[in-house]
Amino acid sequence: MNVFDIVGPVMIGPSSSHTAGAARIGRVARALLGTDAARAEILLHGSFAKTYKGHGTDKALVAGILGMKPDDPRIRNSLQLAAQEGLKVELVPGSIENAHPNTARVTLWDREGRQISVQGASVGGGSILITQVNGMSVEISGQFVTLIILHRDAPGTIAAVTEYMSELGVNICNFRLARQYKGGTAVMTIEVDGKIPKGANEHIGSLPNIIRSTMLEPV
Amino acid sequence: MELRYETLESLVRAAEETNRKISDLVLEQQALQLETSPEEVYQEMLRSYQVMEQAAEEGIKPGLRSTSGLTGGDAYRMEQALQRGDTICGPMFTGAITRALAVSELNASMGRIVAAPTAGSCGILPGALLTFQKEKEASEQDCVMSLFTASAVGMVIAKNACLAGAQGGCQAECGSASAMAAAALVELAGGSPKMIAHGVAIALKNILGLVCDPVAGLVEIPCIKRNAAGVANALCAAEMALAGVHSAIPADEVILAMKRIGDAMSPALKETAEGGLAATPTGKRLYQQVFGRGPSSLG
Repeated sequence: MNVFDIVGPVMIGPSSSHTAGAARIGRVARALLGTDAARAEILLHGSFAKTYKGHGTDKALVAGILGMKPDDPRIRNSLQLAAQEGLKVELVPGSIENAHPNTARVTLWDREGRQISVQGASVGGGSILITQVNGMSVEISGQFVTLIILHRDAPGTIAAVTEYMSELGVNICNFRLARQYKGGTAVMTIEVDGKIPKGANEHIGSLPNIIRSTMLEPV
Repeated sequence: MELRYETLESLVRAAEETNRKISDLVLEQQALQLETSPEEVYQEMLRSYQVMEQAAEEGIKPGLRSTSGLTGGDAYRMEQALQRGDTICGPMFTGAITRALAVSELNASMGRIVAAPTAGSCGILPGALLTFQKEKEASEQDCVMSLFTASAVGMVIAKNACLAGAQGGCQAECGSASAMAAAALVELAGGSPKMIAHGVAIALKNILGLVCDPVAGLVEIPCIKRNAAGVANALCAAEMALAGVHSAIPADEVILAMKRIGDAMSPALKETAEGGLAATPTGKRLYQQVFGRGPSSLG
């Protein structure tokens, strides 16, 4: 926690959880897709499903998917902007098992049909917690520079990544691992203090057993 | 001594031992924590202060309406009364109320604000600080620095209680903002670290028990006017603390009391829009007006 968690974020109202947090969830999804989305399916749960209209939660999520930050005044018109940019949006108020009351699951497709699904909760004061990426458990707060590393579950893979980060002098403040099954696809989420030097993410991507590494700037 | 923001008492002690302002110590420690320079941390806080300034100007304009259509225009009404000289309290107090309303109303219209500590309580610190700067001819730098003291108070509250209405009721949002504003005002007016702690204690004590019962679940009714009340309470507490009035219950114990009161509060009174003002006949009618259906399905 720092002073800007208390006096901040700078944001478009009216609600830090239902508007600013929602925009950040959308932004993480866009960042993980790695390119502009052509289609978005948004499933809303709990309080998000019930009060999204009055809080502009739908506008904020779509704004985030378009790459806007929570303080972007264009959030107000994001639904029109999405239509102009050829982003098809389908919003479904529904229910997700065992989810925080302010949860959205955002599924995005790019123009080539590549898909990413991100589930996240807005946990208060504009803070978020991304809990699933493509159905795998993760823990991403979006407050730190984060590496999301998809890899094969094989011995030495984690050590190779963390040793390299230690060589760079980067301090890890949160580490989480989830795998589909033994020897299958796994995902490491690594949050770090400070910044990661240029080119480091590409280097990690080239390490053995790494399928893809994505670096997420704080959102 | 390293600041940990665990108690207000430790902040006061650190300031007294070093003979420095709480805001100076906080700025220095935050630069270390964020791995950047004090100058950069200051600049970022300055940008937040400038957003507060723009929000107060924007929110005071005539014709402002919230996205839901339920609220808007009250800051303008207050501003008109101020300009006519038609007020009981005068420019410092009424100006603070006016700016608190302006920023809160702008928030409800999907305008750009600084959550301080939340969007629902975003009018209280700007109301206090912008008005102090104007009416007391304080420097912008002092006002920005006072936000570090306010933030430190917010961090202590966050660590020991909470800042979210859904968790602790309105006392946790507007109450915390009011306590933070009282701290900032006391420091700005030249009060001692001990006076700051008394200001925090008095402000928070006066709002203990306040529930979060927003009509239709929106950050509008009664949130906007509670921002005005929050800044009024901050001025009241700061004024007393500066005169040497003590809080019999120390600030850290008041914060813990707030936590326990929040825990004891019924969920219907914690941002679920199921109790209090939200459950009044008019509250339910307004819900229907905005969402076109009954409030029974509201979670």
